[in-house]
Amino acid sequence: MNIEWLSRQFDNIVFLLGWHVLLAVTPLVLGLLIALPLGWWAHRSRRIYPLLVGIAGLLYTVPSLALFVLLPLVLGTKILDPLNIVGALTIYTVALLVRVVADALDSVPEDTVQAAKAMGYRAYQSLLKVELPVGVPVISAGLRVAAVSNVSLVSVAALLGIPQLGSLFTQGFQLRFFTPIIAGIILCVVLAMILDGLIILLNRWLTPWTPKVVAS
Amino acid sequence: MNYLFDPAHWTGADGIPNLIGEHLVYSLIALAIAAVIAVPLGIYIGVTGKGVFMIAGLANALRALPSVGLLILLVLLISPAFPSKMGYILPSLIVLVLLAVPPILTNTYAGIRAVDAAAVDAAKGMGFRTMKILTDVQLPCSLPLMLSGVRSALLQIISTATIAAYISLGGLGRLLIDGKAQNDYSQMVAGAVLVALLALFFDQLLAFITRRVVSPGLTRLTVKSAAAADTVKIPATV
Repeated sequence: MNIEWLSRQFDNIVFLLGWHVLLAVTPLVLGLLIALPLGWWAHRSRRIYPLLVGIAGLLYTVPSLALFVLLPLVLGTKILDPLNIVGALTIYTVALLVRVVADALDSVPEDTVQAAKAMGYRAYQSLLKVELPVGVPVISAGLRVAAVSNVSLVSVAALLGIPQLGSLFTQGFQLRFFTPIIAGIILCVVLAMILDGLIILLNRWLTPWTPKVVAS
Repeated sequence: MNYLFDPAHWTGADGIPNLIGEHLVYSLIALAIAAVIAVPLGIYIGVTGKGVFMIAGLANALRALPSVGLLILLVLLISPAFPSKMGYILPSLIVLVLLAVPPILTNTYAGIRAVDAAAVDAAKGMGFRTMKILTDVQLPCSLPLMLSGVRSALLQIISTATIAAYISLGGLGRLLIDGKAQNDYSQMVAGAVLVALLALFFDQLLAFITRRVVSPGLTRLTVKSAAAADTVKIPATV
């Protein structure tokens, strides 16, 4: 590791890190917002469930580099536009979370839903105040997978020349220089771990009724 | 799309059939190596219960590792020792295997664990020896989960083999990387479409194989999910 190079490049690395966070987190939030109503729809209708889960599975099989390249055709953007990355990762996040949200809502015990109904909750109140909160642990488990894989997938965009931590890898390859590559890998892994940890904390904050001892 | 319909791109060493062939050869070699490592290990951990802690940690840690970074790091480390083509083929294969092992390993382990304990007891009661219980009861029962692990491993491999074109591995990724270098967007789109079709085709092929080889006695329990897999068919993949 060449510390001197790192300190000289510090501003640049912070810039790349900022873009990486933006490109990984925006699709996570957008994906969750889109997956919640879709997952609810799949949960409500036994006919829609296999359809949505099937389409999600097909979208998930498309390799990331291919999706990055194909999205400009759909969005009308330029090939270097960071929007393509946000769009592609949003698609992956939705594809992963639709099934998770539907299964989370399915996992809510029938007794709990009936109790809410008996207490006079309307359907939408029961959904927002009872069913979704009870499903939070399952949803956040899916969100953790999406967050960690998004961080790794963003770096693929370096091959198209979109700046983020992956640029350190291509730079290191062109210069035959290990320092940026190792720094990039470490920052990616740390970023993934931080996002993972934040979702665990958020889950605990949203579900104060669960026991404090975590098994795994 | 013009690129795809130009006959000149369908012949020769850089022709599309050749690139598809290369992509498949690397992918299937990596899948075979990963399966040889992960299936026995998964069976061992599933049957004995030893080393379970390894499973969850391994899968999560490897998902966080950026495959591009890993690929480039290994090329720089390994290629000076191998002046020939092996200088980039070897690191690519290592990364592909590394990414394919966790899904196969975890699913094999989970498959063995999920076998109905009553079925194992019944086999024991009928006088089956340990090895016969494994081959005739536990393995057939865990096959659906094991194959779904193989399926996600193969998708991961096909996707990452595309990226490996950056470090000059052959295959369909060439169209994407060379197209980028030549500012030829239609070549990039052609590569992207072909890679996506290849992935979809193998995904559906493995789904089909799974339906054929899994014992009907097992699928009856999961009629709902089997039906789910049947209802969606994309004509483009056939």
